[in-house]
Amino acid sequence: MNKMKALVCRECGKEYPTKAIHVCEMCFGPLEVKYNYDEIKKVVSRKAIEQGPHSMWRYLDLLPVEGTNFVGPHAGFTPLVRAKNLGAYLGVEELYIKNDTVNHPTLSFKDRVVAVALTRARELGFETVACASTGNLANSVAAHAASANLRCYVFIPGDLEAAKVLGNLIYKPHVVEVEGNYDDVNRLCSEIAGEHGWAFVNINIRPYYAEGSKTLAFETVEQLGWRTPDQVVVPMASGSLLTKIWKGLNEMKHVGLIDEVRTKINGAQAEGCSPIATAFKAGRDFFKPVKPKTIAKSLAIGNPADGYYALKATAESKGAMESVTDDEVVEGIQLLAQTEGIFAETAGGVTIGVLKKLVKQGVIGKKDVTVAYITGNGLKTQEAVIDAVGRPTRIQPSLLAFEKTFQLRRTNGGTP
Amino acid sequence: MASLRFHIRFPEDKIKEPIIYQIGHEYNVVTNVRRADVRETTGWMDLELSGDVAEIERAIAGLREKGVIVDPIELNVVE
Repeated sequence: MNKMKALVCRECGKEYPTKAIHVCEMCFGPLEVKYNYDEIKKVVSRKAIEQGPHSMWRYLDLLPVEGTNFVGPHAGFTPLVRAKNLGAYLGVEELYIKNDTVNHPTLSFKDRVVAVALTRARELGFETVACASTGNLANSVAAHAASANLRCYVFIPGDLEAAKVLGNLIYKPHVVEVEGNYDDVNRLCSEIAGEHGWAFVNINIRPYYAEGSKTLAFETVEQLGWRTPDQVVVPMASGSLLTKIWKGLNEMKHVGLIDEVRTKINGAQAEGCSPIATAFKAGRDFFKPVKPKTIAKSLAIGNPADGYYALKATAESKGAMESVTDDEVVEGIQLLAQTEGIFAETAGGVTIGVLKKLVKQGVIGKKDVTVAYITGNGLKTQEAVIDAVGRPTRIQPSLLAFEKTFQLRRTNGGTP
Repeated sequence: MASLRFHIRFPEDKIKEPIIYQIGHEYNVVTNVRRADVRETTGWMDLELSGDVAEIERAIAGLREKGVIVDPIELNVVE
């Protein structure tokens, strides 16, 4: 089955062959994958999916790769956790956490998009892969490249924290520290992607890369027993994840896996970098780029490539957008950890903070089946909560000291 | 001869100025606007500049000197 029909311009609709290109030659609009849905409909079914691998590749029929020689064969199919404690605290009866803090192999949702990007890159004949990143994306590209024996270049700004650099160096890619700021790295990488025959995952491979995010929607629906949630809360950086969750839900309906999409898509940003949420709240269909200043570094994209499309998807779904302060981000991380035992990175704090706000505003109702997307592991951003978690209780090494400190009475043995 | 693509933004106080015309005259580059949205208080263009790479670099610096914000066509690629 030739499931990919073409790459198509999201602005003017011009079609291109399914190669490593990402910008329309006519209008410079971004390209995305167009599928042969009629062919896909003939083979896709709930039963076939349920019998597939315990990874995101169970949705292979709706992903933009041709074969089954996967890079990242274990990515995805992460737990959908029924969050009874957090739901009770917030006042939402049926709340779920889509827990990508345990995604394989690098503990963030980027493992989904990178698995698709590198699988497609290898199919297109690339031997060198690259990305520009300050965190999760670099980790994932470097790890997947190592396992697939692909040459790898990771570009980072010169002032990146040591811990984040280490997270990349361990996989032994070429880590290129560019003298300059974020904007300098940004422009250099765009130029390198244009000049060298490499697979730059979020530049010339972006049409394929971005499609990996759809699997978060597919899994949510399947794990809910083939029903769509009423509300989802999605963190926004470039805005791509949100648009692809909306696309994924609608694709499932289009190929007959579900009857209806009744989901409102809600976007979450940190106040220190909220160009998309600010535009939405102001009723604008365009965003004004900003200089990011937030602890939620993985969402700190001031000029988001898919910002316009995220605004459109949220409006189409009749959802909402909100933003939270850095203090609310930390509170959100703590709340999730203390109610559900899930330690999220700062993006997760943004999601939980916005979820809380939307419930309080009545945008998300008590009876709404709601899913919050938690996209990265808290072990990666420990510095964000270091001042908020307190200290251990220190005692002398004696039973008496222990009992006195915690005001415990002996119970004569192990019975409670 | 190279052709490079950029997304440029005009601050509100620059919207009325003929900046693309000026750049085409001040530097030896061909300017080609492919997509644009210019309103009362905001404006952007997707622009192709063709010429020698060094001259394109000078034109970009010139745009920045005039207060225009220049980004790659892909906007932010560092994730």
